[in-house]
Amino acid sequence: MSLLRVENLSRRFGGVRAVDGVGFTVEAGRLTALIGPNGAGKTTCFNLLNGQLRPDAGRICLGERDVTRLGPRRKWALGIARTFQITATFSSMTVRENVQVGLMARHRRLSALLPAARQLYRAEADALLERVGMADQAERTAGLLAYGDLKRLELAIALANDPRLLLMDEPTAGMAPRERIDLMALTAEIVRERGLGVLFTEHDMDVVFRHADRVLVMNRGRLIADGTPVEVRADPTVRDVYLGAGETD
Amino acid sequence: MDFVVVQALTGLASASSLFLISAGLTLIFGVTRVVNFAHGSLYMLGAYAAYSFTGWTMPVLGGVVGFWAGIGLAVLAVGLLGALLEILLLRRIYRSPELFQLLATFGVVLVVADATLAIWGPEDRLGPRAPGLEGAVRIGRYGLPEWDIALIAIGPAVLIGLWLALRRTRWGVLVRAATADREMTGALGVDQAKLFTSVFCLGAMLAGLGGALQLPREPANLGMDLGIIAEVFVVTVVGGMGNVLGAFLAAVLIGQLHAFGILLFPNVTIVLVFLFMAAVLIVRPWGLLGRPERLVTHPALDLPEPIRPLGAAGRAAVIAAALGLAAAPAVLDAYALAVLTEVLIFALFASSLHLLTGVGGMISFGHAAYFGLGAYGAALAVKLLQAPMALAIPTGLVLALAGAALFGLFCIRLAGVYLAMLTLAFAQICFAVAFQWYDVTGGDNGLLGIWPPAWASGPASLYWLVLALTGAGIAAIRHVVHAPFGFGLRAARDSVLRAEASGVDVRFLRWLAFTFAGTAAGLAGALHAFFKGSVFPDTLGISVSVDGLVMMLLGGIESLSGPLVGAALYKTLQIFMISWTDYWRAVLGLIIIALVVLFPHGVVGSIRRLPNILGRTA
Ligand SMILES: Nc1ncnc2c1ncn2[C@@H]1O[C@H](COP(=O)(O)OP(=O)(O)O)[C@@H](O)[C@H]1O
Ligand SMILES: [Mg+2]
Repeated sequence: MSLLRVENLSRRFGGVRAVDGVGFTVEAGRLTALIGPNGAGKTTCFNLLNGQLRPDAGRICLGERDVTRLGPRRKWALGIARTFQITATFSSMTVRENVQVGLMARHRRLSALLPAARQLYRAEADALLERVGMADQAERTAGLLAYGDLKRLELAIALANDPRLLLMDEPTAGMAPRERIDLMALTAEIVRERGLGVLFTEHDMDVVFRHADRVLVMNRGRLIADGTPVEVRADPTVRDVYLGAGETD
Repeated sequence: MDFVVVQALTGLASASSLFLISAGLTLIFGVTRVVNFAHGSLYMLGAYAAYSFTGWTMPVLGGVVGFWAGIGLAVLAVGLLGALLEILLLRRIYRSPELFQLLATFGVVLVVADATLAIWGPEDRLGPRAPGLEGAVRIGRYGLPEWDIALIAIGPAVLIGLWLALRRTRWGVLVRAATADREMTGALGVDQAKLFTSVFCLGAMLAGLGGALQLPREPANLGMDLGIIAEVFVVTVVGGMGNVLGAFLAAVLIGQLHAFGILLFPNVTIVLVFLFMAAVLIVRPWGLLGRPERLVTHPALDLPEPIRPLGAAGRAAVIAAALGLAAAPAVLDAYALAVLTEVLIFALFASSLHLLTGVGGMISFGHAAYFGLGAYGAALAVKLLQAPMALAIPTGLVLALAGAALFGLFCIRLAGVYLAMLTLAFAQICFAVAFQWYDVTGGDNGLLGIWPPAWASGPASLYWLVLALTGAGIAAIRHVVHAPFGFGLRAARDSVLRAEASGVDVRFLRWLAFTFAGTAAGLAGALHAFFKGSVFPDTLGISVSVDGLVMMLLGGIESLSGPLVGAALYKTLQIFMISWTDYWRAVLGLIIIALVVLFPHGVVGSIRRLPNILGRTA
């Protein structure tokens, strides 16, 4: 059984069909890439999957469970974590504190009034930071981090809940090529270690074809291709709408 | 039946002025995303200006022509002032956090209030009746002033005029584009500055017109500005921010609610109005005709500095300060001690507001509600139950807690300026109840004779009591900021998206913060009641709420010590200024504007940044 099964997912904004009857699956222990030109509906798809937006139609199943109508917090509790296209971290807090918030949420401790939060889950937070290569920056203010480091921090926060499914919206946008490869290699390692499923969007085709086990292609809200990197690369429609025009994007 | 008709028509007449002002506010908000607190002031100025202009024009031009010429001149003058305001102040703060924008326009309220006082004096100014419209129309046994009928016609006429301007002119296209999507105006290559100035000018003219047309109904008076603004907020929020037609609908509904509510609950129509708003916001958080905004990701404040725990030096400083404060009665005289007592009370108040606004990112313009509930709770326990102080203070605390827990349920659904306006509305409800429920609260005579027992009645012993309790309150606030609760709260402030995607129960934490902050403010209020020996409706008033915000801003919003430093500075400044000038409010207004435009980090923040600034110039 697939980790995530999506059927006929749809969402419109006014007259725009941002996501239009999309269906696919994501497998545990695999990296699935979702590609497509700007405005194709990738981010909207992520927002539907993590519960930030409600779909107009369609079904989202996590394992056996229908999670279509659940909000972000319920989906998070069931093991769906995400990172954002425009990185979202807690900018006035230190790097370690950012991860500690994720850990406190996981342990349902966030409404506690008495303990000193800085002492809670410190070791676990440091271990996660170590894992994403941010240990040496634990004391820095998140708002002052370089772009690539923010993306790593976001990954650490997402991992704090030990998710089953990780949604990464343009995890390498704005990074230097070298950094992109590193971050995706790191993600691939983590996927293998933890056996979680990853759905990520990405504009850099090198990154996609090097790391993705499977590639989904969207255009104007519709899914136009779904297959292995080799299959998708050979698909003439994909070449037409995407690879020709969008590679430099 | 006749009576019902007359009431309905009277309601429509009031709706017209309400609509004129609200239409201006909502247009300005739609395009600039600034809620102009000073809109009530422009309305007041419209009335005063009409008083003066008709005084000149009517003798020269004769009755009818002179009257309307006077009104027209008043509208133009207010419009001109609006344009000036936009160019001199608003333009500098379009990119500031919402809290700062609200405060800056409130600074204008204070300056205008004192300028009006200086120009026209403290007495009410009775204007002329409209020539030709002095009479009354008979409807059965009742009379309806002809002027009210004129007003009923003017409201829809202005609505149609605005509608045509928005639909049929190039300017209207730009305004609608900017309202729908603010980024787009830049992209369209519009001269944004001109558009904003023209919209602000038009909005000011509408407010001025509302005020000028009010003159035949009521004399121009100094209470008009804050008297109307809360209701105008209600109309714009209920109608949908930025929606002119919505403002019209809401104004009509609220006018009727007033007209008929007065039959059912003669003293508390204002409460009905706010209940109506709360009901609308629950069903339609964006108002009757408003559209949900795109997900707002930018925080209400932008605060790059993390809150750090105290180091060894910090801890030593806190202990030294505590010891110094405890020893103060040995060196200070009774007067200075009383000042210090009040500073402590307001330090707690400002800290509680800081928990909500600084740490939680929830803008409150009605924190006085909880201060006042604490004060009234304590005073009523003394008056009605003959409770001793040891029981009265907890009673005040419980009342503030209950109020905050209840209002908080509504407030956590909103953010930004919507939240600011809802908190203000709730505070105005409390104010109205205290003011109008004469039998229990004594109305504006207040409750007197709330004295501490003998053991705490000397200046020094009362001071120590206040020091102990406010110290405990402030310590508790500091503690929870460093607890997981405070972390979650800050996380939600920094990024709601990230927080929700990471399992943070944002609404619950915010509700908890609201309740906690309200209770702490209630403690400050209860202490204040015993310190002053009395409670008046003013303790619930908007100026107390703004005092709290200014203290927080003056000290610096980024650090926990900011509000404490701010309270001390502010109270000292106030005492000094009041003895020095009659126009203390104008000075305060200018201070607020200067803080927002020049020193957004406050005193503590600026001192912390000093090394950076010096380093950069060196
Ligand atoms: N909140 C929203 N409101 C209105 N339209 C939106 C919203 N979010 C996305 N859209 C529209 O939906 C379409 C898909 O956008 P998006 O999902 O961000 O694409 P991608 O991430 O693939 O670049 C675009 O046309 C975009 O303008
Ligand atoms: Mg996107």
